Amino acid sequence: MIATTVRQYSTLAIPVANGLLYGVCPHPLECGLGLTIGGGLVFPEVNFTLPAMNIDEGTWADVVAHYEDIAEHILRRAVSLGVQGIVLEFELLPPMTERPEWGAEITALLKQHLKATHEKHHLPCALRVTPTDIRDQLKPPLMRTGQAWERLKRSLEMCAEAGADILSIESIGGKEIHDQALMYGDFQGIVFALGVLAPRDMTWLWGQIHDICAAHPGVACGSDSACGFANTAMQLAHQKMLPEVLAAVVRAMSAVRSLAAFEQGAVGPSKDCAYEGPVIKAITGFPISMEGKSASCAHFSPLGNISAAMCDLWSNESVQNVRLLSGNAPEVFTELLAYDCRLMNTAAASEGGALQMRNWMVASDEWLSPQAAVLSPDATIKIATAIVSADTPYHRTLAAGRAAVEILKGGIDRELLHISRKEQQWLTRIDDALSTMPEDEETLQHDLEAQYGSLYDKPGYGM
Amino acid sequence: MAQSIELYDAILNGDAKKAHAATEAALAAGALPMQLIAESMVPAMDEVGRLFEAEEYFVPELLLAGRAMRSALDLLRPLMVASGQKMSTRVVIGTVKGDLHDIGKNIVASMLEGSGFEVIDLGSDVAPEKFVAAVEEKKPQIVCMSALLTVTMPAMKTTIDALTTAGLRTKVKVLIGGAPVTMQYAKEIGADGYSENASAAVGLVRSLLAVA
Repeated sequence: MIATTVRQYSTLAIPVANGLLYGVCPHPLECGLGLTIGGGLVFPEVNFTLPAMNIDEGTWADVVAHYEDIAEHILRRAVSLGVQGIVLEFELLPPMTERPEWGAEITALLKQHLKATHEKHHLPCALRVTPTDIRDQLKPPLMRTGQAWERLKRSLEMCAEAGADILSIESIGGKEIHDQALMYGDFQGIVFALGVLAPRDMTWLWGQIHDICAAHPGVACGSDSACGFANTAMQLAHQKMLPEVLAAVVRAMSAVRSLAAFEQGAVGPSKDCAYEGPVIKAITGFPISMEGKSASCAHFSPLGNISAAMCDLWSNESVQNVRLLSGNAPEVFTELLAYDCRLMNTAAASEGGALQMRNWMVASDEWLSPQAAVLSPDATIKIATAIVSADTPYHRTLAAGRAAVEILKGGIDRELLHISRKEQQWLTRIDDALSTMPEDEETLQHDLEAQYGSLYDKPGYGM
Repeated sequence: MAQSIELYDAILNGDAKKAHAATEAALAAGALPMQLIAESMVPAMDEVGRLFEAEEYFVPELLLAGRAMRSALDLLRPLMVASGQKMSTRVVIGTVKGDLHDIGKNIVASMLEGSGFEVIDLGSDVAPEKFVAAVEEKKPQIVCMSALLTVTMPAMKTTIDALTTAGLRTKVKVLIGGAPVTMQYAKEIGADGYSENASAAVGLVRSLLAVA
């Protein structure tokens, strides 16, 4: 089955930078138990995972007990702090997607806790559920057929039936090429993965997810994340393994594949780890989740404050259920997020407060790293405009890359962005590569066939 | 004099075609394989490693240099085997059972290979019995395991236990790594070493083997 595009974006829902504010968007999402996301307030989105332990039949009771403990303590602290709404995100671990009934059982458990809290305390809340994309078990991965896809699809269906309010995924289409191309700094390979393979998979996959959500009234067709692409690049750049300018350009280009979900009917909120979210918000007008300083439990980012500037949900990414002095880590990070959100919402309650607060958050980070430089509201509008001005995902990806390069060069020229000589050489190299890319994706595919042809399953990408 | 400046430069610049051609030319001129390795290839990779440590090179330059080195080794390996010379230290590597996150493992594998080690990459989601079989068959000196998820870390211990049960544990050094892995965890499960990142992993392998 070939998915039919629901919509094709050619204009921006938010055309000016000062229209990009946290907590508000043109198309707020009503979901879950009385929660409206993007309707004026920022809410915490709390994510959590297990401590080091096996997941198997023998430990399953312990696994369930952990999630009981996590939900109970998060919601208790949220109520204590008077949060005005909350989202719990349950990211399934691979064995829970392999056995869809396991993921569904935890989904039902978490939803039960949310219902009980909503009934007792009238707390608006929702449950986002994110099965693991397990299609990369085989080399090359089978994207549209086979046991892994069948289990993933069943997991999505069963989680929807079990009480998910929002379905999401961090899909991996194109990653089998992107990983290698990124490591070798092969810009053509990176573009092929991000601009050709990934959008093809996203279009197909999100057609499937849209159908599943449509069959389960009340389940929002959430969104995807370029985590496996752009966050991989960002982390490797942080470790000085890749140029930061390359990671920043990859970030901008990754927005195109994430946009494909919305063109198939996704309504957000975008995934927390999708730092390309502001571009998605500018184009689609749907709400976004972001993570930054309060996700340092999970990973480093140079985006601690700026990432909050345009968010509608504010997340901690992931934290293990381990004991800290004031409680277990998930409830501790609930408190951090609650205070972050309270401050943002308090600022927004005063005239011009949201814009002032946003501008402070942007200014604190914007020119301290290439990654932050492409995430400011001004940069977001430039990248988003470049994307909707082009026609195909391939051309959009190139346009986003060029916009990112221009933003970085502009920052250097104005002596705002300071990068090493080596980074500057890489920026020139990327600029040159962008200017010599083939005109069409078929030529690019042909040019790369000898290098990458054996690494991906062409029918799985509709080729 | 078996040093080939052309081969050295080709590896340093990550140019596999030039490395291959320079090796062919050096062999035709009478250079011995071990001399080329010792006097051109290893010094080139050492310089690549130095540039990486100095943050002058990123991983792409490192891997391209490794690829250039392999293109030269492809020519030398049959000659060395034919003359009964030992190739190099052998490393078996993989992500543990249940873990599909292989990018870190791939970097370590490539850096080890670029540093002259023979790497047997078992891929991702590798069951303990597959590690055991590889150790039995390939007889490596080193086994490297990687995990990115807290819930797959226990498979590292399972694999070490499987090596012990098979009577192979004393025959290999076991190194572990991955985002949630710590030195303390390595000690707890009886691994021989832990590395926080890929370049340190190469140094750890060298130190464990006392390879210069």
